[in-house]
Amino acid sequence: MKWDWGAVRDFLPHFWDGLLVTLQALVLGSLIAFVLGLVWALLMRTPTRWVRWPVGVVTEFIRDTPLLVQLFFLFYVLPEWGLAFSALTTGVVAIGLHYSTYTMQVYRAGIEAVPAGQWEAATALSLPMRRTWTAVILPQAIRRVVPALGNYVISMLKDTPMLMAITVLDMLGEARLFSQQHFQFTEPLTVIGVAFVLISYPASLLLRALERRLVR
Amino acid sequence: MKEPDAHANPQAATGELIRLDKVTKRFGDHTVLDRLDFTVDAGKHVTLIGPSGSGKTTILRMLMTLTKPDEGTITVAGQKLFPADGKQVREIRKSIGMVFQQFNLFPNMRVLRNITEAPVTVLGMSKDEAEQRARELLDLVGLGDHLDKYPSQLSGGQQQRVAIARALAMRPQVLLLDEVTSALDPELVAGVLDVLRDIAHSTDITMLCVTHEMNFARDISDRVLMFDSGQVIEAGAPEKIFSEPEQPRTREFLSAVL
Repeated sequence: MKWDWGAVRDFLPHFWDGLLVTLQALVLGSLIAFVLGLVWALLMRTPTRWVRWPVGVVTEFIRDTPLLVQLFFLFYVLPEWGLAFSALTTGVVAIGLHYSTYTMQVYRAGIEAVPAGQWEAATALSLPMRRTWTAVILPQAIRRVVPALGNYVISMLKDTPMLMAITVLDMLGEARLFSQQHFQFTEPLTVIGVAFVLISYPASLLLRALERRLVR
Repeated sequence: MKEPDAHANPQAATGELIRLDKVTKRFGDHTVLDRLDFTVDAGKHVTLIGPSGSGKTTILRMLMTLTKPDEGTITVAGQKLFPADGKQVREIRKSIGMVFQQFNLFPNMRVLRNITEAPVTVLGMSKDEAEQRARELLDLVGLGDHLDKYPSQLSGGQQQRVAIARALAMRPQVLLLDEVTSALDPELVAGVLDVLRDIAHSTDITMLCVTHEMNFARDISDRVLMFDSGQVIEAGAPEKIFSEPEQPRTREFLSAVL
């Protein structure tokens, strides 16, 4: 087996396209997972059972089924109900939704870790409920969970190749296409493998630095 | 026909401010307070003493609406605090402040904002006015040059003094002090008590205080209530309670703590 720098050069334009798609899926998927997870976590704290129960069932269901199944479902079944989106949009929504059911548990743990005394001090100062959440509880809770959320971002990065299953050409999709067209597998797969490491390793270093700063 | 002022200001600055009527509080099978009656007059400093678990802290927590009685009524300035609807509770609560054993400062806010947060969002005070007042209060508690620090950068005693300033910033009629020196290192206790002595002697704020610092209780109190088994078993001026208690249970308690 011979390493062919020419193949690397030929693959690079496709690689950049794939990288862009991977990063788009990652960034948008993370945003959805962060926002929606917080929404789930807050809904699970409402006093009415009629909100908590459906949210609990739906999120448990999503958490307990594979992301790949959800991708196929959103991509092939929803259009039959008249809801058709582009493959990338579907992929971003699926990843974001799937991971929101994990981030919700992270937020829940963060909220529960805020000492009761903080709620009591807010009551003693007559802070309204909304202000208690936005100024006192959530800033403390989110600070605590940033490292855990970051770990899910790295997990999501490593799950983005699944989007290939619904025709999205992420890094792996581009590598596979190139390999099949040129019968050269080693170079493109090695390039994207290195790319995954180059994204996730600095990301985990950054996370550890954040953890040291935030969790005291 | 009522006098016009009678409705606008149900209680004058003197007279009864807080009244508990037959208040009962249970935790599971354990009755912490048993049909308790007592009153506090406006501007007075009342100290609750007694063994742990006798329900002293529970009384403060009920007045701060952190916990509800199971039976009975609580009245503050002539208005029902319990039983009452949420709106009335929120209204009365604004006139009550509390300082906690564990300080409970907001660790995500600097000292200055810990103090200005409630006056700005609850009382609608302008930011400038609230900060001006916060600086005055921090000077009063001897922390005028710490306003840009975070609570974690302060000692326990300093944090507690910030917490006192934070409670005072809401201009409460009633200040509840819940074992405010119990979590402090011994050498930091005096600084906090000095600040409270100062406030007790220089303001007309009504104070209700749970403490194990008997000298402090003697200094600042107009009345001392001795609690045992969910009841007030003896009440009176501090000179009387500390020098010639009538109840054997009071004598026993005081000889154990003094």
